[in-house]
Amino acid sequence: MMTRLSLTTLALLTATSAAAQEKPTLTIYAGDYIASEWGPGPKIEEGFEAFCECDLKFVTGDILPRILMEGDKTDADIVFGLNTDVTARARASGLFAPHGQDISDLSLPVEWGDDIFLPYNWGETAFIYDETRLENPPESFQALLSAPEDLKIVIQDPRSSISGLALLLWVKAIYGDDTPEAWEKLAPKVLTVTKGWSESYGMFTEGEADMVLSYTTSPAYHIVAEDDQTKHAAIFPEGHYFMAELAAQVAGSDQPELAQKFMDWILTEDFQTSIPLANWSMPAKLEQAKWPGVMRDLPRPDTTLFYDETQAEDLRKPALDEWLRAFSR
Amino acid sequence: MASGVLALRRDAAGIAVAAALAALILGTLAAVAWQARGLSALQSWDWRAVWFTIWQAALSAALSAGLAVPVARAFARRRFPGRALLVTLLGAPFILPVIVAIMGLIAVFGRTGAINEALRAVGIGEFSVYGWQGVVLAHVFFNLPLSIRLILQGWQSIPVERFRLADSLGFGPADTARHLEWPMLRGVLPGIWLAVFLVCLTSFTVALALGGGPAATTVELAIYQAFRFDFDLGRAAALGLVQIALSLGALVLSRRMATAVAFGTGLDLAHGPVGPRGWRRAMDAVAILAAALFLLCPIGAVILQGLPRIPDLPTEVWAATLRSICMALISASIAAALCLALALTIAKTSNGWLEAAGMLPLVASPLVLGTGLFIMLRAHVAIDDLALPVTALINAVMALPFGLRALIPAARSLRADYGRLADSLNMTGLARLRLLTLPRLAAPLGFSTGLAAALAMGDLGVIALFATDQPTLPLKLYQLMNSYRMTDASACAVLLMSISFALFWLFDRGGRLA
Repeated sequence: MMTRLSLTTLALLTATSAAAQEKPTLTIYAGDYIASEWGPGPKIEEGFEAFCECDLKFVTGDILPRILMEGDKTDADIVFGLNTDVTARARASGLFAPHGQDISDLSLPVEWGDDIFLPYNWGETAFIYDETRLENPPESFQALLSAPEDLKIVIQDPRSSISGLALLLWVKAIYGDDTPEAWEKLAPKVLTVTKGWSESYGMFTEGEADMVLSYTTSPAYHIVAEDDQTKHAAIFPEGHYFMAELAAQVAGSDQPELAQKFMDWILTEDFQTSIPLANWSMPAKLEQAKWPGVMRDLPRPDTTLFYDETQAEDLRKPALDEWLRAFSR
Repeated sequence: MASGVLALRRDAAGIAVAAALAALILGTLAAVAWQARGLSALQSWDWRAVWFTIWQAALSAALSAGLAVPVARAFARRRFPGRALLVTLLGAPFILPVIVAIMGLIAVFGRTGAINEALRAVGIGEFSVYGWQGVVLAHVFFNLPLSIRLILQGWQSIPVERFRLADSLGFGPADTARHLEWPMLRGVLPGIWLAVFLVCLTSFTVALALGGGPAATTVELAIYQAFRFDFDLGRAAALGLVQIALSLGALVLSRRMATAVAFGTGLDLAHGPVGPRGWRRAMDAVAILAAALFLLCPIGAVILQGLPRIPDLPTEVWAATLRSICMALISASIAAALCLALALTIAKTSNGWLEAAGMLPLVASPLVLGTGLFIMLRAHVAIDDLALPVTALINAVMALPFGLRALIPAARSLRADYGRLADSLNMTGLARLRLLTLPRLAAPLGFSTGLAAALAMGDLGVIALFATDQPTLPLKLYQLMNSYRMTDASACAVLLMSISFALFWLFDRGGRLA
């Protein structure tokens, strides 16, 4: 039965793609949300296929564990959607080739000198609140720590979520050696810690928590898609932690020219203008004047905090231990 | 001679299923360890996770099984309009997708939930659902339904003639409990405790979301961390082994506790035992009402929120819905066949190893299983075309332990009550299956198949490493949530829940009518 099913599928596929048969395929490993209808994937596919004379194929799932396991036998030509926290391990695998782009004038708030991992969008961690429920949000990280205990926040677990890990580094960047004391003050206000971002954000929109760990760009979604002006990021003078999403090409790709063509396209205006509203994040290389109005108008922190990958990798384990100790009491 | 060969062949089917299960579960673990070139040592936080996992699972299982007893008894001895419907409805939490259940529980028990609003209104302090109490509450919410159903089946396995005999001998409720009900419970409770313990053992999302923080870390989370963040496959495999060791320990314990029961056959009289009158009647009403409120309110909250949004769901969701239904049906058929073969063999041989193999899928870490399969299949086939077939198969396997819990006791009584007669009539092979086995086992088999269909429907995909361009409905739900579309996601949740429930109802009802 299975065989017959797949034969039918095959027949259908060959019928529909007879015209496309001659075209080479560019295989992109991407996070699941990227390739969904509601992510930037469909726009990227359409945009690139318009000029590449190729088939762009997204392969979704747990991309880094998968490619690390496949090693040089991987089918991937491009890996799309890695985060800054995993570049050290990805780089150490030796699977990736330089991107070959001019990265001297990116629209990032931090220095970026990486010749392998190319940022295509970025944001900063922030606590989001609803002004109708929280009239006096804390005005600094310090104020959040000393807020009364009935202010409840939800955060993500640094062991299962990248935004959770970013919080770990954020607090480390602000408080350094005093981090354990900072966690101790924050812990009573943490209603709960969830596996991923979506569970936390769901709890916040349900009204269960006053603030949620998310991104400075989150209010843009509510403004554009829901016409809701009540959600804001609390901007702290101590600074916010930087997060970027990255693309890289695979060194052993069997389509190196196509892969290069794709990398060349990422920083162009064509690509960068399609990103902000599809992924709810800031473009990596675009003059501010060309940003969508809503992104331009979002309040931004004056200071952006960021550890490079070696520092972050060194800090990860001890910082995680501090966090675990403070929250396991 | 011919019957001997047939009997052997029938056993062979069960033994083959058990062997395949063991190979799948242990083989994938071995594959992960092999890829890592060995196991790595556990860290101190891992051991804390192990302890938390054990005690929360043991407590959740004891509470689920214990609380289910009065509810199941009330259902067994009372008749009222809508009883059958209520029994089916109370099964719903077990098949809820985890994320939906969390949202429902928070709507009722959360900080701004109905209970706390009421407590505040009368001036009593807040009840916090976040902490170990929340984890246990959620686990009881998930597993009470299964426990009620399985205990109720136990009650119904006592022929009504025995209750009548007890009545005519002038037994009071206490005597009936001692001579009929308690022996039955001794037979079924340990197995139910074990099943719930194993479900709670691999809990992850619930434990974290309601646990309030890393004090509520389970082994499964440690495995996830080892995979995703440390990329330490050796540690993941070591933790997977710990999980299996814990389950085997629990299995041995529950087998020690369980005693065999045999009530003999009855005439399958339709009307059940008549319950005692007086205050016990009120108690039964309270038990049923409390269970119904506890289990149905969170579901009601989810429905209220999502239902009005269903017509506005994006069209992609409907394609995914259809795909999920097909997959669930295929999964359920595979599960039913495997389950029946294994249960019949277990009933016949009473082999502890076979039963252990049947429970193995419950204790396998989904992450280890998926990764192991990926490693094993990658070298031989185009892996991404296999995503859907592999999901269907894995879901069937994952549903097996629950189905077995319902089928094994029924298959045992079938063997004890009708086995010898059928043997003496030389009734074997297909004839026996058609005339005896299937009709007698229709109810538990329908229940098992329905459960498998519903679980497959709600599955999030064990196989994160396999890519698919054909997303299922639960995956769509997560995609919606990850794109900020929480209201669409809640509509999607209602859709998913209703279809899961409808599938379960269809098979369960079909089985009971057959």
